[in-house]
Amino acid sequence: MEYMQVVIGILISAILSENFILVKFYGICPFMGVSKKTDTAIGMGMAVTFVMAIASAACWFVDAKILQPLNLGYMQTVAFILVIASIVQFVEMFLKKFVPALYQALGIFLPLITTNCAVLGVALVNVQKGYDFLQSVINGAAGGLGFTLAIVLFASIRERVDKTDCPECFKGFPIALISAGLMALAFMGFSGLKIF
Amino acid sequence: MNFKKQFVEGLLTKNPVTVQLLGMCSTLAITTSLFNGIGMGLAVTIILTCSNILISALRKVIPSQIRIAAYIVIIAGFVTIVDLAIQAFLPDLSSSLGVFIPLIVVNCIILGRAEAFASKNGVLASAIDGICQGIGYTVALIIVCVIRELLGSGTFGGGLLNNGEGIRLIPAQFPAMQIVMPVGGFLVLGFVLAGSQWLMKRLDSKK
Repeated sequence: MEYMQVVIGILISAILSENFILVKFYGICPFMGVSKKTDTAIGMGMAVTFVMAIASAACWFVDAKILQPLNLGYMQTVAFILVIASIVQFVEMFLKKFVPALYQALGIFLPLITTNCAVLGVALVNVQKGYDFLQSVINGAAGGLGFTLAIVLFASIRERVDKTDCPECFKGFPIALISAGLMALAFMGFSGLKIF
Repeated sequence: MNFKKQFVEGLLTKNPVTVQLLGMCSTLAITTSLFNGIGMGLAVTIILTCSNILISALRKVIPSQIRIAAYIVIIAGFVTIVDLAIQAFLPDLSSSLGVFIPLIVVNCIILGRAEAFASKNGVLASAIDGICQGIGYTVALIIVCVIRELLGSGTFGGGLLNNGEGIRLIPAQFPAMQIVMPVGGFLVLGFVLAGSQWLMKRLDSKK
């Protein structure tokens, strides 16, 4: 029972109070780059959630079953990035073969996920916090959901902000960053949220 | 070899942070004190220069189909070296930057320069490019750090000067704490980018 509480706590905090983008700053590049339209933002969010859950699982295995027994902890970064790159490649091939509709929808975003720091970040944080297998996967999936939530909300704000008449030098990225800042302010409201 | 042109590009006209908008994660996350900014900037500059040199030396050997994977392995190797060195010699920096040191692997600046410059140019030019882009990144980080630290904690040079306390410029009860929190990262960087766009416009119109 206590274990379930911990798991639910990880789930809620990864989505809201420890939101990967707005609180922890993992994955800002795709957040700024792929948030011009709500549709593409949803696609990106789904792809990232999927890869983050699988990568958390795979990196947990690599760390616990290969690196730790062999005392190769210092190779973590290199090993994880290779695992992530091959997972992204594998997911791409799998989707192309079996779910072509989803593959079409995600398009260019799939290969870009390799260099999304949210994915490597979640793998490293899982090890740092000493999560077990289930907790790692939950943390990965919930982190991805938090990413999706933030990017979809932000894309819908940005669609409107782009049409507004703001000072010349604020056009484009500066005003987008400031909108993101105001969103982060709203998410700070969740920071007192302690489930258990 | 046009050193001056590369320097101006790295620092101003093609600054990785304010113009190319690369490596935003670390720019936003760690810019809470001058110490962090300088440490992160130096770490990135060293890794960027080393990986640029090695990648440009190997550019004719690496097959183009697997080049991205090869670049990432090279970069991850250098990041691991720097990470271990910081853990050994600067444990304070290591604990305050945390997971953002290993995350330099996926910092788009490094992969971006590898793809856009080092894979097409000679070793010396790539080394200079690495140093110039690294300096541009460091300067941008320092600007954001100084503003955030001043407004958020009311100090200057936290972690470095005055036994790590920093020089207090604003009395302790006044600073807006939110500026050193995530919110402030987005807001301050937004205003810095706006300022740099304004500056670029001014420079363009003067020409």
